[in-house]
Amino acid sequence: MFMTKNVLKNLMTKYATRLYPFKKRETFQDVKGELKIEIEKCILCGVCKMKCPSQCISVDKDAKSWGVDPFSCVYCGVCVDACPVQCLYQEGLYRAPLAEKDMVLHIQEAKPVEPAPAT
Amino acid sequence: MARTVIPFGPQHPVLPEPLHLTLTVEDEIVLEAIPKLGYVHRGLEKLAEIRDHTQMIQIVERVCGICSTLHAMCYCQGIEALMKVEIPPRARFLRVIWAEMHRMHSHLLWLGLFADAFGFESLFMQFWKIRERIMDLQEATSGNRIIVSVNCVGGVKRDIDAAAQQWILDTMKIVEKEVLQLKSTIMDDFTVKRRTVGIGVLSKEKAYEMGAAGPTLRASGIFQDMRQTGYAAYSELNFEPVVETDGDCYARTICRFNEVFQAIGLIREAFAKLPHSELAVKAKGLPNGEVISRVEQPRGECLYYLKGNGTKFLDRVRIRTPTFANIPALLEMLPGCDLADVPVLILTIDPCISCTER
Repeated sequence: MFMTKNVLKNLMTKYATRLYPFKKRETFQDVKGELKIEIEKCILCGVCKMKCPSQCISVDKDAKSWGVDPFSCVYCGVCVDACPVQCLYQEGLYRAPLAEKDMVLHIQEAKPVEPAPAT
Repeated sequence: MARTVIPFGPQHPVLPEPLHLTLTVEDEIVLEAIPKLGYVHRGLEKLAEIRDHTQMIQIVERVCGICSTLHAMCYCQGIEALMKVEIPPRARFLRVIWAEMHRMHSHLLWLGLFADAFGFESLFMQFWKIRERIMDLQEATSGNRIIVSVNCVGGVKRDIDAAAQQWILDTMKIVEKEVLQLKSTIMDDFTVKRRTVGIGVLSKEKAYEMGAAGPTLRASGIFQDMRQTGYAAYSELNFEPVVETDGDCYARTICRFNEVFQAIGLIREAFAKLPHSELAVKAKGLPNGEVISRVEQPRGECLYYLKGNGTKFLDRVRIRTPTFANIPALLEMLPGCDLADVPVLILTIDPCISCTER
């Protein structure tokens, strides 16, 4: 009997679902979304690369680059916890779908060399 | 009439995952069923050779999405036993809370799929609507909807603060009310009863002999649940396994339906007794030796055998999952049933093929 009442009630009430691309739900705090980096803070130590269970991170000390393959990333957040300088963070939003696969690569700009103090 | 062989699966509307059964039928009555597995084997146990013991936590979580936290919990318990680490009391309670939330969402998912198997689409949507509330709780407390990734060797990574606790308890009230409203639909409905009562009867002796696990075993009247062993914080909570005696499809449905309420009760009790302490202790050293770790998943008993050799890589990770234990019981139930009841029967063991094949 509950189902009959429920079906009739549902005819009158609004949708139980959201019209997704047009109406988005607010994300919860601390959701493990897309992996981002503040590249200037990074010391290129490579701990994130070693800890990553899906091996999606690449760190190159010589080229001063940090890259992530977002299609291999499993959003576990292990790298964020392991980073010694807290330069990694996860955004609340998930990555939008793409037509082609690509790598995300960040290259650290060379810091201006400070002139040696005059003696 | 002559015997006919009907291939059932691996792609079948009722199966969310690939399982193949070769059914020999005579006059639409099943005489014999031969299973064929191996469609989603991924070799996750083998990965232990190239991923260290902390990375394996994230890997075993992905053995099965629906019971991810229980896989990680079982694995962490094993590693903690090898490294002789005792986890803080708050971590033990938090593990129980996440595990019970997983049990709830798994059973609600199954109840929906089961309704779908006998063609009750509307009931399927009702159950999944309720399940979405628990998905939200998991996303807000752990950061992910399903693969919650909260367990680590030595404790848990995240805490549930007072505001979130209140929110969870409020949601539990709503979920309890909504599931209770569906009780008469799934328990007293004429059509549902015709499809379930007296079908696929597994006697108490046969269930024991075939080594069934979880609700499949308990619906046959055997009083056995791994939570009785008191792992995590279960020894400090009032816990009684949900047992039914008929052993048919109806009994297995009722068993899972009642376990949803039991999980709500356990979450409430765990929050009432939640102690204050740190979340994780630092685990020193490397795993060495052998251990067997067991937990109760929504589908039944899950067993991990771990062998460490004193390096950061494990020698062996062996996972035995409940669906693997329940397949012999399923093959015992199938002969003698109608061909039209085969989908319903397969679903009553709550098959998780990804778990079985790893």
